[in-house]
Amino acid sequence: MSALRQIAFYGKGGIGKSTTSQNTLAALVELDQKIMIVGCDPKADSTRLILNTKLQDTVLHLAAEAGSVEDLELEDVVKIGYKDIKCVEAGGPEPGVGCAGRGVITAINFLEENGAYDDMDYISYDVLGDVVCGGFAMPIRENKAQEIYIVMSGEMMALYAANNIAKGILKYAHSGGVRLGGLICNERRTDKELELSEALAGRLGTKLIHFVPRDNIVQHAELRRQTVIQYAPDSKQAGEYRELARKIHENSGKGVIPTPITMEELEEMLMEFGILKTEEQQLAELEAKEKASA
Amino acid sequence: MTPLDEAGGTVSGEDLIAEVLSAYPAKFGKRRSKHLTVARTAEGEDAPGCGVKSNVKSIPGVMTIRGCAYAGSKGVVWGPIKDMVHISHGPVGCGHYSWSQRRNYFNGTTGINSFVTMQVTSDFQERDIVFGGDKKLGTMIDEIETLFPLNKGVTVQSECPIGLIGDDIEGVAKKKAKEIGKTIVPVRCEGFRGVSQSLGHHIANDTIRDYVLKDKANADGGTDYDVNVIGDYNIGGDAWASRRLLEELGLRVVSVWSGDCTLSEMEHAPKAKLNLIHCYRSMNYICRHMEETFGVPWMEFNFFGPTQIAKSLRDIASKFDETIQKNAEAVIAKYQPMVDAVLAKYKPRLENKKVMLYVGGLRPRHVATAYDDLGMDIIGTGYEFAHGDDYKRTSPYVKEGTLIYDDVTGFELEQFIEKLRPDLVGSGIKEKYATQKMGIPFRQMHSWDYSGPYHGYDGFAVFARDMDMAVNSPVWSLTKAPWKAAS
Repeated sequence: MSALRQIAFYGKGGIGKSTTSQNTLAALVELDQKIMIVGCDPKADSTRLILNTKLQDTVLHLAAEAGSVEDLELEDVVKIGYKDIKCVEAGGPEPGVGCAGRGVITAINFLEENGAYDDMDYISYDVLGDVVCGGFAMPIRENKAQEIYIVMSGEMMALYAANNIAKGILKYAHSGGVRLGGLICNERRTDKELELSEALAGRLGTKLIHFVPRDNIVQHAELRRQTVIQYAPDSKQAGEYRELARKIHENSGKGVIPTPITMEELEEMLMEFGILKTEEQQLAELEAKEKASA
Repeated sequence: MTPLDEAGGTVSGEDLIAEVLSAYPAKFGKRRSKHLTVARTAEGEDAPGCGVKSNVKSIPGVMTIRGCAYAGSKGVVWGPIKDMVHISHGPVGCGHYSWSQRRNYFNGTTGINSFVTMQVTSDFQERDIVFGGDKKLGTMIDEIETLFPLNKGVTVQSECPIGLIGDDIEGVAKKKAKEIGKTIVPVRCEGFRGVSQSLGHHIANDTIRDYVLKDKANADGGTDYDVNVIGDYNIGGDAWASRRLLEELGLRVVSVWSGDCTLSEMEHAPKAKLNLIHCYRSMNYICRHMEETFGVPWMEFNFFGPTQIAKSLRDIASKFDETIQKNAEAVIAKYQPMVDAVLAKYKPRLENKKVMLYVGGLRPRHVATAYDDLGMDIIGTGYEFAHGDDYKRTSPYVKEGTLIYDDVTGFELEQFIEKLRPDLVGSGIKEKYATQKMGIPFRQMHSWDYSGPYHGYDGFAVFARDMDMAVNSPVWSLTKAPWKAAS
């Protein structure tokens, strides 16, 4: 058995982190890896496609019912899903109350202290949205995830979020061992998406691990609470996820300390690609338009 | 002039400050230098100026003696109100370790109609942090209602986590107040707010304004002789000593804020014709509010030591008619023999003794004259959490050459004491034993060292006895090393 590998998926909200990570991990299990997914999102939907149902027994809800996490047993919270992938959801409060970040810290500490990670090859954290507070940065801190994979697309805000997450990684890169594993582009069919993703990866000092093309079959599988790997194992899209899983598996130890850029640099980059226009360009276009109509 | 400046004196204040500051890294030394000064009279002024920088963040890494906003609200302003239950909302420690630390005396039966010495906390657990504590707070208020049906209301004193997780304590308070028909006050006094307990006083004052004095129902009525005593927390019975004097003057004390005080007394405070403010720092806010809203004027007074007591009695009486003014003279005359007896006994034992103070609120200036009356010299004084207006008010109380220190650090205070070797230091429990180990007599001047009262004529007798007990205790003759005496 190789040493335990801990990875985490971050990215802008709604970008497809949970879908991408579950599909990738379902493919990774085909490489004979023992995997545990730790969902770090109060919505508790990081394991739905693996378990084929939404997990009800989250660590924090059970702990609240029982009194505290000390009253819980590991078996209460670890569920077995597709091809023996172990699934845990941290859970958390309903929106607008309490502190979900503290919940993530509590849940992860509970898992570690109770030996949930023993005999595993992979721990994968699926973390909500952007890095919003210290609690959600927990998986990037010392002795947690070694590599972070940022799920993004060619949309401006997704690029912006990716850069922000890189800043979070940089903050902890020197005190802990966390590295940026790479970017995963989840295609949105925006302008020059592949080129832009590669360019951002270059600026951050990392690489675009994989470009996952858009395919409606993902949606079909998701409606059936399944990964594409399970729903349509022979489809082209399943192949894409297998490819991504293989690349992540081979990327072990190849993470980098990211070099995040400023907001201005990000905007300049978009201009270079002609997606954002400079003021001169906009003026020139306006003039041309006026001339044409005159 | 203080002995500091006298020929052959140990060292001048300015030199001393420079010497102590030289131990710091340059940047911090420069920052701290703005908080230390020597009271000097500038040209054209008639009192020594003691302006220092104040009310700013303490330097991380130094030992500061300051408290937090929660301490200011729960410990000082709200805590002494005896017929309300004060919830320390959050984890157990804040309430537990501040439990009954201020000696706010009160009449009543604990657990029946008085709750001052009770520690009531929501005892937050991890799940309350993660899922929020609003439900628990609601349940708790219901339980308080069942356990203590004679309570007149509840205050919610927020500890740090409440602000961090964003609990809606205002919402809970509103809902529960409607259900049980009592005053429920949510106080946002999270400890991380502000630079000291001072902001907690202000926040607490604002909640009194918003939740106790919210309607103008109690503004009318009363007699022409109604007054409130504001900012007397009845430490060791201070407020009772003050109240007796005011009543002898012919005035009616509607309420004392907030020592031995009830919610109802506070609600009726706007009836008064005059607010007498003792601790300006912690309660000037509500006095200004009552002046603006109810037209109640306010004045400061000082009941420490016979000189200031007589002056204050006359000043207060001057706001009323001739009967009261005559009474004032009668009261002063009545107590004069007692004052004479106290001075005859203690002044010879205490005269020319040097004193250093480091306390909070009003005491660094107000008690100075009580020491003056005993013939003792204040050579240094300073505030934990004063603002600029406190230092302005300090000038008339101090002599030329007095050392002034704001938010003094543990190191600075120790150095000042060591180098000046006063005959008495008055400060808090944290400073007490360190000072006594230097062989210097000490009195706690926050809690009156388990004694009191120190206010009024009665208090002055106790004060004089206590200072004598500390300064002239035979124990200090035993602190000299025998081998040093031999050589």
